[in-house]
Amino acid sequence: MGVTIAGPAIRLRGVVKRYGPITAVAGLDLDVPDGSCVGLLGPNGAGKSTTMRMLTAQAIADEGEIVVRGYPLPQRSKRARAEMGVVPQLDNLDTTLTVEQNLVVFAHLYRVPAGSRRAAIERVLEIANLRDRRDAKVDELSGGMRRRLLIGRALIHEPRLVLLDEPTVGLDPQVRQELWALIDRLRSEGVSLLMSTHYIEEAERLCDSVTIVSHGRAVAVGPPQELVARHAGREAVEIYGSPARLAEAEAEMAAQGFPTRRTGTSIAVLALDDADGRAPAGERRPANLEDVFVLLTGEEIS
Amino acid sequence: MATEALTTTAPARAPRRLDRAAIGGVLVREIINFSSYWRSTTFSSTVEPTIYLLAFGFGFGSLLSTVNGYRYVEYVGTGTVATAVLFSSVFPAMFGTFVKYKFQRTYDAILAAPVDTEELVTGEALWLAMRAAVYGCAPMLVAMVFGLKASWGMLLVPPINFIAGFGWACAGISIAGRLKGIENFNYVTSAVITPLFLLAGTFFPIAGLPRWMQVIAEINPLFHCVQLVRHAVFDLLGPVDLWNLGYLLAFGVLMWRLGIVFMQRKLID
Repeated sequence: MGVTIAGPAIRLRGVVKRYGPITAVAGLDLDVPDGSCVGLLGPNGAGKSTTMRMLTAQAIADEGEIVVRGYPLPQRSKRARAEMGVVPQLDNLDTTLTVEQNLVVFAHLYRVPAGSRRAAIERVLEIANLRDRRDAKVDELSGGMRRRLLIGRALIHEPRLVLLDEPTVGLDPQVRQELWALIDRLRSEGVSLLMSTHYIEEAERLCDSVTIVSHGRAVAVGPPQELVARHAGREAVEIYGSPARLAEAEAEMAAQGFPTRRTGTSIAVLALDDADGRAPAGERRPANLEDVFVLLTGEEIS
Repeated sequence: MATEALTTTAPARAPRRLDRAAIGGVLVREIINFSSYWRSTTFSSTVEPTIYLLAFGFGFGSLLSTVNGYRYVEYVGTGTVATAVLFSSVFPAMFGTFVKYKFQRTYDAILAAPVDTEELVTGEALWLAMRAAVYGCAPMLVAMVFGLKASWGMLLVPPINFIAGFGWACAGISIAGRLKGIENFNYVTSAVITPLFLLAGTFFPIAGLPRWMQVIAEINPLFHCVQLVRHAVFDLLGPVDLWNLGYLLAFGVLMWRLGIVFMQRKLID
């Protein structure tokens, strides 16, 4: 049908959202270029879910500008919602209905024309790999199948933009990888994706660009590797020892101006690219996005 | 806006307010769900009025042969049509709304789609009104088994039920939109619904009640529904029924808007 839209899939500028005395989102800027996968990476309570809700106008921003596929929100949110798919963090499938019935409902809610409904449902069953479970009640599905259905449901109208709110939270590693493959397939088809997550590996593997949020604000933006190089350098040095030894090393490194992070059993010294001979002795390993995340948000990974 | 090419398969027409497709989507969801639980709902909606009829019809019927000139079984049989409408709309609306909002998070999913709160509430209320229109006829049909004579006016009962059911459904949605916890529903049921259910001229005429109770009955939309149904069934429709009908319509519109406002507050942060 060829509706054309100018600019990025999503654009947020200076977005603020308050709940009483709490400021959940505090001047967030965010861009999702068309056709790219952007990760919204942040600890719990950083404002990720609130941001996701604002993109569907289920929360209304107090300040700032939100544009989704060219439509300003909340004024034209309905149009924007018609053109995007949403995978919620909390499963809200109709559990007493079958897999197929769930899809029929959403084909109607997303206004898939009557003539294409059948084909749309078959396509989603194929994507979600649920063809042979079409008549199973959602109640009878495993956690992984339910998630696949939840993602598939968001694709019923072939959206060019999909929001994924913590798509793999609480799932087994194996199921998670299965879902990553599914998300990667969307990405390769050129669907724009915004994915909130607090799994570093998920962002590292799937995202072209990552926006790290802390306390409702973007603290770093860029491709994962670039963020690592910029903030953590090429290599990190892990120092092991007694708690006293770690505290001592931490103070030492701080005095020399090297950022460090605690990893529980060790401290990692970062940004050592220009350290020359001043790099401490210890176990060398490549720096990663987790280092950047902890460094910038001050949060430990659980 | 047509500067950069970014194609989409979305419909070219911009969605409007109270869009038929959106309301239809909400209805489709309810209809498909209904296919999985219609047996139990239909059972209780038919058995309950039958029990009322048997208990009151034979119980009181043995004490008084006629009320206001009707055989008592006919009086109760027509009166409980309104009861059935009330019960099959206000309670599913209260509990259904709360469950779908809070426990199943269905409304989160629906509002992420191109559906607004206004359309959501309208769709839910229309569905319950349709159900109430049908289930409301059960007591009348049961009464026919016990001797209520068929009349052309009976054909007006489903549309009357629909209008009243829409209002009660919206009232139930409004209540669910206001209350914080599902346990608070008990207060509403005991303090509001039960008195309204009894003070409606269903089982006894309100003329014999103290003045203040009569006033409550006159305010009670259920009373107007009872009047309309009786007048329709007994071919007694007159000018006063324009007032009854107008009252039900006004009740429906008021509750509809109220339900939308309350749910909007609840669903949109």
